[in-house]
Parts: sequence; structure tokens; C-alpha cells
Amino acid sequence: MTVTDKIAPEHPAGARRRSAPRPGLRARLARWDVKVSPYLYVAPFFIVFAVVGMFPLLYTAYVSLFHWEAGDDNPEFIGLDNFKELFTDTQFWHALENTASIFLLSSVPQLIIAVLLAALLTARLRGANGWRVGVLLPYAASLVALGIIFANLFGPRYGLVNGVLQTIGLSPVDWQANRFASHVAIAIMVNWRWTGYNALIVLAAMQAIPKELHEAALIDGAGTLRRFTSVTLPLLKPTLIFVTITSTIGGLQIFTEPKLFDAMPGSNNGGSTHQFQTVTLYLYQTAFENFDLGYASAIAWVLFVIIVVIALVNYLLTGALAGRNK
Amino acid sequence: MTTRTGLRAKAGRLGKPRKATYGVLAVFVLGSLFPFYWSFLVASRDNGMLTERIPPLLPGGNFFANAARVFDTVPFWRALLNSVLVSGTVTLTTVLFSALAGFAFAKLRFRGRNGLFVFIVVTLAVPTQLGIIPLFIAMSKLGWAGGLQSVIVPNLVTAFGVFWMRQYTVDALPYELIEAARVDGCSMIRIFWNVCLPAVRPAAAILAMFTFMTSWNDFLWPLVVLDAGNPTVQVALEKLQSGYYVDYSLVLAGTTLATIPILIVFVLLGRQIVAGIMQGAVKG
Repeated sequence: MTVTDKIAPEHPAGARRRSAPRPGLRARLARWDVKVSPYLYVAPFFIVFAVVGMFPLLYTAYVSLFHWEAGDDNPEFIGLDNFKELFTDTQFWHALENTASIFLLSSVPQLIIAVLLAALLTARLRGANGWRVGVLLPYAASLVALGIIFANLFGPRYGLVNGVLQTIGLSPVDWQANRFASHVAIAIMVNWRWTGYNALIVLAAMQAIPKELHEAALIDGAGTLRRFTSVTLPLLKPTLIFVTITSTIGGLQIFTEPKLFDAMPGSNNGGSTHQFQTVTLYLYQTAFENFDLGYASAIAWVLFVIIVVIALVNYLLTGALAGRNK
Repeated sequence: MTTRTGLRAKAGRLGKPRKATYGVLAVFVLGSLFPFYWSFLVASRDNGMLTERIPPLLPGGNFFANAARVFDTVPFWRALLNSVLVSGTVTLTTVLFSALAGFAFAKLRFRGRNGLFVFIVVTLAVPTQLGIIPLFIAMSKLGWAGGLQSVIVPNLVTAFGVFWMRQYTVDALPYELIEAARVDGCSMIRIFWNVCLPAVRPAAAILAMFTFMTSWNDFLWPLVVLDAGNPTVQVALEKLQSGYYVDYSLVLAGTTLATIPILIVFVLLGRQIVAGIMQGAVKG
């Protein structure tokens, strides 16, 4: 490497000789350098995390104990009242149901299609990289652009999807007003963007499976399907769990897609009867449209706890599954 | 019964694609492209096309006129400049700080190293986005709300960046190089700059690409803290859409304009992006 060449001339022998009479200081400086530098190097992350990550999260719990309007300098302490109100707030439970429904509709098919797509991509394709970039293309779309485009495609009156449905003799679907249909449309949006990305992650895991295993199974007379279910899938388990956990954490905070899907643009209602309002969208509406920061903080804190609990359950399940395999 | 030679022939065919494989993949890629194309299609015509049940599938000639209206309706140049500034700064600091921390965690011995690293891995699963309310209060009190620093400072460095650089540095940087530099009298920071950074450049490049894209597409926090007069591209797009009547030729011209830069990056660096995702999968 040229690296050492670069360093050498900048430390001419003269410099070292000059400091020779006082080795104590130099050695002490060097020791100090070795001791303190690591902490300095990791410090930026911890400072940033403490100030803009940890502190705001903890302070959210504090704000949730107040009747705190935006711009209010003397918010009133109300204890757990925000939480009491939240647990009887039908709009909140409704939003939680919407979030769970959209999450399931997007994560389950996505995982299945990603695995199948990855299986296709493991073949020795001509132009393999081109195909991979091709399936990853949706990842280039920003969520906002995506939300706008899909809101247009799924428009109830003039949308292309309904146009196609009618042309092939089916009846049009009201992708906005119908609660379940709106969840399906939003889930399709999510799946469109992430399936290719997840397929590449699964593909990487598939390629790490030793070829001998497939050959051995083949000699034992296993067909394509059998090799897939008995060799590929079990070895993919850790990767699938990883993909599930990351998509859980992201999926439960889904915001941009439902916000831009609304037929009333700029609205935070998630549809006229909140039929596709998610928890994060409700949080945003409460805080930045109704300026009720205390109540919004209670929503944030409850969602935080839900996500952490689900992540923990995921983690424990993973441990249990891994243990049983051994 | 399969004969021996039959088996060998079969084994040779393992992983050989059928024609149907190409067909299915082609459908997939077309599906991936279609929404982009659709947005360009609407942007290049006028809203009249949307009332037809099966609209024309070839672009018209109005794209530049519609694009010009985007620049008249929202401060789009400003938004582009803001997005470049924000994403550029965030990318630079994230890569630098992540590489520094990754170097320390991978190659330097210090008390508490393992504990601190585990802490970082745990924070990967913490939805810090949910802290936006106090963050908003703090930014307002500081007088930063509306300014670009309010979207830059919270994203100076990420747990993912540190984790990613640490995983790469462990294998990419031999201890011998560090020792040699130390014998030559290099300070720690010189070792980082002249020995570590050149060795981890590939991982830093991938991290830079992902950080830039994530920051370019960031929406919730910029929407909260920036205003319509000084937006990022994503916030400007949302403002473009939020009239009572949605002028789709106009709005989709905006989405096309906002997507073109990222699509160009994809066409130029697609291979590296794919490699980055796949490497990340194996290392994670």
C-alpha cells in the first residue's frame, strides 16, 4: 500500500530527534492519544443519539402528562388523563386496527413474493445484474412521489386500475371509501416499493447456501419443489426473521403512504371516516394540526411501547426457534 | 429410474434458467417501471387523458410546459438546492462519524467497547422517529424551526452507519498496518485518515449512497419542521398536491422531476447499490 509511503516523509527523522531530550512528555502524549482517541471517535454517535434520539423519547413521556398546547409556556399537569382518554378513544383503536391490517397485508405477501422472486434470481441468468437492478427500481421512488402516483392510479372515478377492471368486465372498486379496499391499495404501494429490495436480501442468503446441499438432495431424488421446501427454506430462516423484524419496526410507523393516498390532499384524516388513518398519521394530526402536543405524546409513547414489545417478542421467538433447531 | 448419466445431466442443469423465468422476471421489471412511466405519461399530457377509461399509452408533448408550471407553483429550485444541501451534508457527516466510530469499535481497545457496541445494535430497533414532538418543541425554542439545520442536526450520524462501518472494518483493516503506522510515530487520527479510510472506502461509498437516498426521501420530520417557503423536494411535492382540486398533470410533473435525479443515480450505480444491499444482508 502507498499509505506508509505517504506517512513517512511527513515524519522526518529530525522531528523525532528534536523531541528526544524529553521522551517523557512525548510518550505521555502518545499514551493519552491511544487512551482517549477511541472515546472521541465514538462520541459523535452517542452525543447525537442522546440529544435527538433518547432525550426526545423520554421527554415524550413527560409531555404526555400535561395538557400541552403548541406554543403554551405554562402547560397544565394532568397526570395520566391523556392515557385514560386514549384508551377510550375509538379513533385511536381504529387507527391501531388500520395500522395492523395494512401491516399484515403488506408484509405477508411481500415476504412470500420476495422469496419466490429471489428463487428466480438465483438461476444463472444472462445479464444477472441488469435483472437485479430492474427489480430494485421501485426503491428509487420517494415515498411521497409513490403516494401521489398510486393515489392517482387507484382513483375511484378516473383511476387506471378501475378503468382496467371495468374493461375486463369487473365492477370498479372504491379504493378510497371502502376500508378494506383502501388498506389493500396502500399495501400494494408498500409491496411495490419493498418487494424487490427484500428479494435481494433473500437472494444473498440463498447464494450463501452451499451448492453441495442441493446436489445431495438431487441425488436423493428430490425435485425442484422439494429441494426448495426442504433445503432452501429452512436455511433462510434467520434472514426471513431479520426481514420480518425490520419491516415490523418500519411498518408499524407507516405514515407517508396513507397521508398522500387521501382523496382530500393535504388532509390528515386518512379518509373521510378515518378508514385508513394509521397511528402515526393520527399522531401527526393531533400534534401538528390540532396542536395538542400532550395527547399526541401519549399516542407516541403507546406506539413506542407496542413496537418495543413486538420487537422483543420477535427476538425471543427467534431465540426459541434457533434453540429448537440445534 | 434415473440412470447415473441422467443424474449428472440433471445436476449440470441445476440453476439453469428456463424461458419462463425470463418471462416472469420481465413482467416484474415492467411492473416496477410502470408507475414511473405512468407519472411521466400524465405529466406529458393534460388532465383530459385521465377521464378516458383506457388512456393513451404514449407520451404527449406537454411535459416541459407542465414542468415549468411546477416551478411557478412551488419554490422548486429552492427545494432542489435545499435537498442537495441537506442530503449532501448529512451524507458527509454520517460517513465520517460512522467510519471513525467503526474504526474505534473494530480495531481499538478501550474499556466499555463491547457494552457500547451492543448498545448501538439495540438502538437500531428503537423507533426514534416517535420523539418528534419534544424535538419540535426544542427546535422552536432554539429558533431553528424552518431552517435547514433543523433537518440536518438530527441526522448527523446513525446507528446503522456505525454498525455497518464496524462490520466492514473488522475484516478490511489488518492490525499489521496499524502497528506499522504506530511504529512510524503516527497519531491515532493520522492512522484513521491515512490507513483506515483508504481501506474501508468501498463500504464508505455504499453507506454514502444509502444515506443520500434516505435523506433525499425523508418526509415526516421535514414536513413537521420546515415551512412551504423553504422546503425540501419531498415537502414541496406534498404542497404541490394539497390544493382542493388536484391538477395531476402538474403534480405528476413534479414527481417525475423529483425522481429523475435518483433514477439517474440508479442507472449509473445500480450494480453497486445491489452489491451493497446483498453484502449488508450477509453481514447483518
